[in-house]
Order: sequence, then C-alpha cells, then structure tokens
Amino acid sequence: MITEQVRTDRAAFGELLSLPVAALIIAIGVAEILATSDAVMTFHAGVLILAAGAAGLWLLMRRMGGKAGEHEAGYNHAVVRAGVIASMFWGLAGFLVGDVIAWQLAYPVLNFDLPWTNFGRLRPLHTSAVIFAFGGNVLIATSFFAVQRTCRTRLAGHMAPWFVFWGYQLFIVLAATGYVLGVTQSKEYAEPEWYVDLWLTVVWVVYLLVFLCTLFKRKEPHIYVANWFFLAFIVTVAMLHLINNVTIPVSWTGTKSYIYWSGVQDAMTQWWYGHNAVGFFLTAGFLGIMYYFVPKRVERPVYSYRLSIVHFWALIFTYIWAGPHHLFYTALPDWAQTLGMTFSIILWMPSWGGMINGLMTLSGAWDKLRTDPVVRMLVVSVAFYGMSTFEGPLMSIKAVNSLSHYTDWTIGHVHSGALGWVGFVSFGALYCLTPWLWQRARLYSLRLVEWHFWISTLGILLYITAMWVSGILQGLMWRAYDSLGFLEYSFIETVEAMHPFYIIRAIGGGLFVIGSLIMAYNLWRTARGDEAVETIQHPESASAAALAKLPAE
Amino acid sequence: MTYETATSFAQIWGMFFFIIVFGAVLVYALWPSNREKFDRAARSPLNDDIIED
Amino acid sequence: MSVWEKHKIFETKSMVLLIGTLITVSIGGMVEIMPLYYLDTTIEKVEGVRPYSPLELAGRNIYIREGCYNCHSQMIRSLRDEVERYGPYSLAAESMYDHPFQWGSKRTGPDLARVGGKYSDDWHVAHMIDPRDIVPGSVMPGYPFLMKTPAWSGNIADDMRANRMAGVPYTDAMIATAETDLQAQANPDSDGAEAVAERYPKAVVRDFDGDPEMVSEMDALIAYLQMLGTLVDFSVYDAAGSNLR
Repeated sequence: MITEQVRTDRAAFGELLSLPVAALIIAIGVAEILATSDAVMTFHAGVLILAAGAAGLWLLMRRMGGKAGEHEAGYNHAVVRAGVIASMFWGLAGFLVGDVIAWQLAYPVLNFDLPWTNFGRLRPLHTSAVIFAFGGNVLIATSFFAVQRTCRTRLAGHMAPWFVFWGYQLFIVLAATGYVLGVTQSKEYAEPEWYVDLWLTVVWVVYLLVFLCTLFKRKEPHIYVANWFFLAFIVTVAMLHLINNVTIPVSWTGTKSYIYWSGVQDAMTQWWYGHNAVGFFLTAGFLGIMYYFVPKRVERPVYSYRLSIVHFWALIFTYIWAGPHHLFYTALPDWAQTLGMTFSIILWMPSWGGMINGLMTLSGAWDKLRTDPVVRMLVVSVAFYGMSTFEGPLMSIKAVNSLSHYTDWTIGHVHSGALGWVGFVSFGALYCLTPWLWQRARLYSLRLVEWHFWISTLGILLYITAMWVSGILQGLMWRAYDSLGFLEYSFIETVEAMHPFYIIRAIGGGLFVIGSLIMAYNLWRTARGDEAVETIQHPESASAAALAKLPAE
Repeated sequence: MTYETATSFAQIWGMFFFIIVFGAVLVYALWPSNREKFDRAARSPLNDDIIED
Repeated sequence: MSVWEKHKIFETKSMVLLIGTLITVSIGGMVEIMPLYYLDTTIEKVEGVRPYSPLELAGRNIYIREGCYNCHSQMIRSLRDEVERYGPYSLAAESMYDHPFQWGSKRTGPDLARVGGKYSDDWHVAHMIDPRDIVPGSVMPGYPFLMKTPAWSGNIADDMRANRMAGVPYTDAMIATAETDLQAQANPDSDGAEAVAERYPKAVVRDFDGDPEMVSEMDALIAYLQMLGTLVDFSVYDAAGSNLR
C-alpha cells in the first residue's frame, strides 16, 4: 500500500525529470532548424519545439504554483477523458476528409489542381486520420480505461500516460501535415517519413511500458482477456512498425528516405505489415474493446471465457500469415501466395469464434437490443465484424481475388469493417465512457443515439452496396471479351461506368459524417451535464451511478 | 538445405507443431481447475469500481 | 509469502503473456519473408534491369510525393486479360531496385508497369496539365504545377548514395556525374547527353516537357514514366528453366 503522500512525491519527481527531457527535445528541434535547408523539416522542427516548449512551460507553472505532483485520487480517468475528446475530434476530421475525396472521385474538378488538395495526397491523410488518429486515440483511451479497472489499480505512471497521449497527438500532426506538403514514404498505412516513425517508436515504447507496468501491479490474480488483446495489439504493432519502416534517410536534416527493402521483398514486408495493421490495430485492439465494453454495458460476463482464450491464441497466430493475399498473381513466388491463401481462409474460424462470443454475451438480455441503442450499436458492430471476416476469406480465394483485386470491391470490404465494425464499436465505447468519465447520470439524449445509429447504418449500407456493384462491375468489364476475341472495353469506359456508384458512395459517406456530428453534439451536451427531456427509458448501466463509487476528484 | 527439403519439413512438422500448440491452448482453456479462475476473471469488468490501491 | 514475492509472480505472468504473444506473431512473418531473401528462385535472372538514372529517380520521387500509387498499380498480374491489356506480366526482377516498391493496390486508373513508350511526351504533358482535355471521362487530378518547379532542389547524388546503401548498384562514376546527368537527360543537345544513354542503357534522352529553359518536375516525371517496363526484352525472356516458379 502506497500512501498518497508518497505517490504525490513520486509524481512531483517525475514532473521534475520531465523538464530536462523537454529541454532536450527543444535543443534537437533548434539544431534541426539551424542545419536544414528543407522547408518541411524546418516547419516540423518548429512544431516539435512548440510542443515541447508548451509541455515544459506547463510543468514549470505547476512547480511555481506549488502544484507539482498533484493528481486525482483513484483511477486515472483524466487521461481517458482527453482520449475521448481527441477520438471524437480526429474521427470527425478523418470522416470528413474521406467524404471529400469520395466526391473528388465523382467530380475530379474538386481536386482544384493544386499540390495540397489532390487526391493522391489527401487519400493517405484520410486513411491515417481514421486508422491512426481516430482508431489510435480510441484504443489508447479504452485500453487505459479497461486495463486499470480490470487490474483494480491506478494506471502506472504520472507523466507517462500523458506523454503517450500528447506524444501521439504530435505524431498525428507531423504525419498529417507531412502528407499534405508531399512528405511520404508511399508505403500504404505507413506513409510517415523516418523522423516521424522514430517519434512514434518512442511514444509506442512508453505506451507499452505504461500498459505492462499496470499489469505488473495489478490486484487481480488473472489478467482479463481484453488486456490480452490490447497487449497483443501494442506489441505486434511495435514489431510491424519497426520492421516495415527500416529506412535510410538521405540526410539527418532532410525529410526524404529510401526504404531498405526493395521490390518483391518490400512488397511482402509491406503487406505483412498492412494486413496486420488491420489484424492487430483494427481487430485485436478493438476486440479488446468488445471484450470489455459489451459485458460491461449489458451487465453480464462474456458468453464463454474459455472460448475467448482459444479465440485469442488462434486469432493472433493465424492473422500474421494472411499478408500475401494482397499479392495474388503478382511477382510474389507461388509458395508464399499459397500460404497466404490457406491461412486467410483458416482465419474465418477464429474470427467467427470471437463474433459468437461477443453476440452470445447478450443471451438472456436480448431485450436490450430494443431498449438500449448503445447496446444495439455494439451488437451491430460485432455483426459487421462477422460479415467482413466472412467476406475477407472469400476474397482471399485466388479465383475470387483475380476479380476483386485492384477494384472498389476491396474498398467496400475495408469500409464494411472500418465503418461497421471499428466505427460502431468505437462509438459504442465512447457513448459508454462519456457519462462515466464526466460523472453524469446518463447520456444527454438516447433519441439522438437512435438517429446516429440509423443515419450511419444507412450510410454504411449505401457505401458498401455501391462499392460491391462498382467493384464487381469493373472487374468483369476489365476481363470482358467481345465475339471476335478482343478485350471489349477500354480502361476509360470502365472508369466512366463507376461514376453513379461514386456518387452513391459519397452520399453514404456523407450520412456517416452527419451521424458522427450528431454524436459529437450528444457527447458534448452529456459532458456539460445536460439532459434532454425524452420518453426513452435510460438503462441503469449507462449511468455514472452504475459505474459508481468513483473516488471523489 | 534446398527449397524442397525445407518445404517438406515445414509441411509435416509445421502441421504437427500447430496441432500441438492448438491442443495446449485447448487444454489450458478447458482444464477443470482453471474454471474458477476464469469465472472470476469473466466477472472482473462488472465489479471494477473499487480500486484496491 | 511477502508482498514482494507475490509481486514477482504477477510480473512473470504478464511477461509470459508478452513473450508468448511475440513468439506467436513472429512465426508467420519469419516463414513468409525470410526465404524471399535466400531462395534464388525469388527473383528471375533477366538481362536489362538497371538502376534509375538521376532524372528518372527524381521523377520517381515526384510520383511517390503526389501519391500516384494510390490509383495506379505497377504490377501486371499473370492473367490473360491483363497481359493483353498492358503487356507481359511483371517480373520480380523488374522492381528489384525499387526502394520502396510501387506495385500499388488499386486501379482507379490503369496499370503503369509498361506505360513507357505507349504515349508521346506531348500527350503526357497535356494529360498531366489537364487530364480531361485528353481523356474526357478521366477522374485524375491535374498537375499543372509540375511545369513550374525545377526537377530537383537538393543534390540527387545524396539520394543515389542512400540507394546504394540499400543495395542499388550505383557506381562511383554514376554518383560523381549525377547532377550533370540529371540536366543532360532532358537536354538532348548538351554535351553530356550521350554519356547518360551509355551509363543508363535504354534511357530516353529528350526535352520531355518541351520547355528548354528549365529541367522541370514535369521532365523528371515523364522521363520516369517513359522508361517504365521497357528494360527487359521479352522477345528473348525465358519463363521456363531456372525462372519457373
């Protein structure tokens, strides 16, 4: 048992220790600015100096105000609150950019023929914003929340969780501004250049340490399975990130680098990374959310804890092999393609094991689907997970893939997983967290959750059906022959055929953005402590009273 | 070691290795005396309001 | 048992989980990636593949910077319709000096693996400035700004050195003449023009963008596009024998 005094002293020491670290970062930034002739590097070094300067100034002010080491008692909810706000902010930004580029494909005049607004630069901005900025912040917030509570101990570290949070925001800003200014490695979902990768590595190691140290000092004998998934997500992403981004900078004062791997080996490494960014970032991490928030919200334990253990090991073992299904019929050797196809199909089983476990947690409480729209959101997310993890193995059959690859079918598949599964499970978690963290009796309005749910679901359906049709249509047109044995369509004819579906897709995406705006409004009013007058009965589990006995802050 | 010997080794022993690992996971998950531990763990998100340190 | 001993057990358990996870997720990657480096059959033995000339490398970097890979693949699959539409299927050898690879994952636009020589320089310039001026149904953004910027602001030799560290066989002579080669490839009448074609066989030496005043980003990008897929002579390539995979 550590007394509060000891803890405050330690925290104050940590704050003191952080000051020279901030000074060191500022020094590195200044050195870069003095040495570089690269405009983007100058800008990014400036951002770094500003960030470290602000952190240092804040720490100094706390010291002088005699507040060093001060913190809330009990669980560390403050950093989770910050994570909820950041998730909502980046989510809106990422969805909006996505819809903008969807309209660009329908009406190319929207590219404005400027460097900073063309599709090629904005598409990585969209993918990184939704995967890493939105998804990453949701994962940091929910993992920090779940790990300390299921371990019944305060999150490890005083400065460290805040370094993870703000360090990660800095990573996002450096990566995103880099893309717009033309700084990219061109490896999909790993576009940030070498210095941004280095920064992310530092942040990620601290994230792993905070998580591990919280597990070390836990007061529960067993590590709850959600934490297994969170841990696998953190460790595996670290491994993928380090190996995929081995790169040789042209100079320490420039932004440009050349990836060490080349050609076929680079392709394999990239899609080993790329597919497991899906498998561990967007699946394992969010399964951690499912295993914590679904039981919590429906107030019953997970359907089968034993299944969850088998699910975990089978899933993480199988996923890592599936990368080559991005490279069928390419110059990748056949043996690697065959391995990738085999494991991609096997992957269906552990995925559905997890889906069943999530859905069946509701057994005996199915009425909550009707009464609690947040539960409905969580359950529909798991259903979307089941759908895309069936579609994925299907598309990994080489014959199917020969049709679907390079077409919009892939885009539709990704979005049924990203909007349906990742999006909805995140929204469900954020709807749970906001009243709990801000200690409100309930959400501002369940009616608005209903609106969000239905508008977004409609948007997703428009999106994925449009992409199914356009993808399969384009794939068939590419391989169509006329009666004389010539290719029937020129490439541009297949592009023109996509136009109506691109409009439908952009409308679907727009609905998804509108839904998330409704959510942002609802969460903001909830945090303020407002309650709408409405007839829907709020579930007991939604209230802060249910989470309850939060130590006074 | 040639490519052929490597693949035949991997195909035979790799399969056994996977089966054994999967079996070990199953045994751990289904071992009767682990039941109580897992039941308690499964309830841990439901009563995590009281911090113990 | 004292508190500290208890603590130790907890730590061991989370480390077991951590290490077990790491081992489990390492296997797939090791089995799938590592053999690609030591199996001779991974990359075919072909004649003609060479490192990029300085101007082509500059153009490739513009291709990467503008995110062209988001909509254009550079990988013709071994399927009948693709071979008929784009040309012989892509070989691993053809991207062996690509750091990073540009195979792509989506064809919003057509594959570019063999676009070299298919269209004239004038076509490319006009198409890049306003794609719908040339191809009415196109959804490609316009890149008129490429005409206004010099091809490369830094020292391209530094980039070639970084590539050499990653295994691209640039010779000392190539690096020493990098800057003049870059200029010369877009100035066919200049002194160094012949040397470029000697150092980089099959390199196209032309004033690509039609503006003799400046070697622009447009020159570099078109130099890159015009060499894509042209290095291997498929009339003599043997897909059987040691190249059979």
